[in-house]
Amino acid sequence: MSEAPCRHTGLEPPTIRGDFPILSKVLHGGVPLAYLDNAATTQRPRQVIQAIVETYEQHYANVHRGIHWLSDQTTDLYEQSREKVRALLNAPAPEQIIFTHGATASINLVARSWGDANVGRGDEILLTEMEHHSNLVPWRQLAERTGAIVRHVPVTDRGVLEMEAFDRLLSDRTRLVAVTAVSNVLGTINPIGEIIAKAHRAGACVLVDGAQSVPHLKTDVQAWNVDFLAFSGHKMMGPSGVGVLYGRRELLESMPPFLGGGSMIRRVTLDGFEPADLPAKFEAGTPPIVSAIGLGAALDYLDGVGLDAVTRHEQDLTRYAHEVLGELGDLRILGPPPEEKSAIVSFVFDGNRPHAHDIAQLLDRQGVAIRAGHHCAMPLHKRFRVNATARASFYLYNTREEIDLLARSLQQVRQVFRRRT
Amino acid sequence: MDEEQIYQEHVLDHYEEPYHRGRARDCTHAHEDDNPLCGDTVSIELNIDPQGRLREAYFDGDGCCISQASASMLIEKFDGKTVDEVRRFSAEEMLELFGAKLTPNRQKCCLLPWRVLQSAVFSPVKPAERANGKESH
Repeated sequence: MSEAPCRHTGLEPPTIRGDFPILSKVLHGGVPLAYLDNAATTQRPRQVIQAIVETYEQHYANVHRGIHWLSDQTTDLYEQSREKVRALLNAPAPEQIIFTHGATASINLVARSWGDANVGRGDEILLTEMEHHSNLVPWRQLAERTGAIVRHVPVTDRGVLEMEAFDRLLSDRTRLVAVTAVSNVLGTINPIGEIIAKAHRAGACVLVDGAQSVPHLKTDVQAWNVDFLAFSGHKMMGPSGVGVLYGRRELLESMPPFLGGGSMIRRVTLDGFEPADLPAKFEAGTPPIVSAIGLGAALDYLDGVGLDAVTRHEQDLTRYAHEVLGELGDLRILGPPPEEKSAIVSFVFDGNRPHAHDIAQLLDRQGVAIRAGHHCAMPLHKRFRVNATARASFYLYNTREEIDLLARSLQQVRQVFRRRT
Repeated sequence: MDEEQIYQEHVLDHYEEPYHRGRARDCTHAHEDDNPLCGDTVSIELNIDPQGRLREAYFDGDGCCISQASASMLIEKFDGKTVDEVRRFSAEEMLELFGAKLTPNRQKCCLLPWRVLQSAVFSPVKPAERANGKESH
C-alpha cells in the first residue's frame, strides 16, 4: 500500500512488498490487506515459494537414502539449508543444528530427552511468567513425570522480568532455566546474556525460546554461550512445519535419542539399536525436507535484505506505533517502551471495551489483520488482569502507512461502541 | 458474511445496556464457565422456586460484545420462565435469538451463556453459601 521508501531506516518496503504475492491481495471487495499478525506467522516471498516449487519439480527424493542422483540432489539442498542456519546462529558446526517440526517440537525434544535423563525429584526448573504455552507445558509435563519443581520469574508492571527475583530463585537446585528471548505478547527483549551467565554459574543449563527473536534480531549462540535454542521457520518467511533446535555439542551427544525410527540409527538388530551420530540421531523418519529447503531460501532472502536493516526498520515501526496509538488516549499498550522491545504492540482499550475480539473483527473490515486473544500466554494475561489483548506485530514488509491505517481503523472501532457518549 | 451485521443496533443495545447484569438477591442456582479459546467468562445466578420457575435471573461476565450481548438476550428471555422451558431451548434457537449471522468461531461466543444457563438450572447453590452470600465468582 505504501509507495514511498522508508526514509527512516533505508529499507525499501515497496520493493520488498513486490516480492510477497499475498501482500497485494484485495479483501472484502476493495480494501488492500494490511498484514500485522507477524508474531503468529509471517508471509513468504516469491523466492521461497519458487524454491519449494523448484524442489518438487526438479530435485525431489528422500534424503540420506538413495544411491541415485535425485536423492543426492535433495540431500545436498537439505544440508545446504542446515549450513545456512548454522551461519545465521554463528553455531560452531552444522551437526549442532537439528531440523524439527517447529519451536514447540524442539522444546519438547529437549524436555523429553535431556529432561528425562537429567532432571529428578526435587530438582528445579526455572521459567518466567511471560512464556508462551510451548515453553510452559513441556516443563510442567516433565515435572509431572519426574517430581521436579517448576518456578517462575515474575514480570513487573512495566512488562520486564524481575531480575532480583531471578537471582533469588536461581539456586544449586536449579537444573534448567527456560526463557524466551522476546515475549510474544509484550515484545520485551530479555537480558539473555546475563541470564545465561548467572545460570551457568549456578550450574544450570539454559534453553532459549527464540521463536520471536531469531527472525528479527541478530543471534550469536557462541556469544550467548547458550545450551539450547529453539525457533520456527514459519515466523521468518519459511514454510510451516520446519523448526530448529540448536544445542551444545556435548549436551546433544550425551542425550538419548527422542523419537525412534529410520535415519536416527547406525545399526538395528532384533534385540536393540545403536543410535546414529548428530544430527541424524534426532531426525527420525523422513524430515520436513522441502520445508527445510524453503527455510534456507528464506534465510538467503533475509541475508539479501540484511538482518540489521530489518531490525532498524522494525524499531522505527514500533516507535511509530507507540506514538500514533498513544494519541488515541484511552488505549493502554502492555509492556515496556519501544527501545526495550521487538516489533510487537499489544493493547487494550480502557475497561477492556471494546473487547479485543470485537476490535479484530471490525479491523478485518478495513483489511487490517491483527491477532486477538491470549496469544498462547494465558498466565501472562492473568498477571496483567486482562482476559484478552489485541496484538499488532510487524516485519520487514510493513509500513508506517499501515500503522496509520491501524490507528484510523481503531478510531472507527471506538465509534461503533460510543453511540451514547 | 457482513460483520457490520454482527454489530447491529439490538446487539449493541444489549452490550451497552445489558438486561440484569449483576447478582441475584436470593440465589438458589448458579453456574460459571469460560471459553478457553478466548478467555470470555459468563456466570449466571438464578432464584428458582419449588415449582421450577425462574423468579430471578442475573448474569455477569467478561468478554466480547457477542458473548455479553447474547447473555443479556438470554436472561431477558428466560427471566420468569420455567426450568423446563430452559431445557427445551436448543443451541440453534439461541443463535436465532441472537439474530446476526455468525461464523463458527464466533458462534462459540454466542453459545457460552446458553451453555452456562443449561448447567445453572441444575446447579443448586449449597445452603451455607446462600446464607453467607457468595462473595465472588
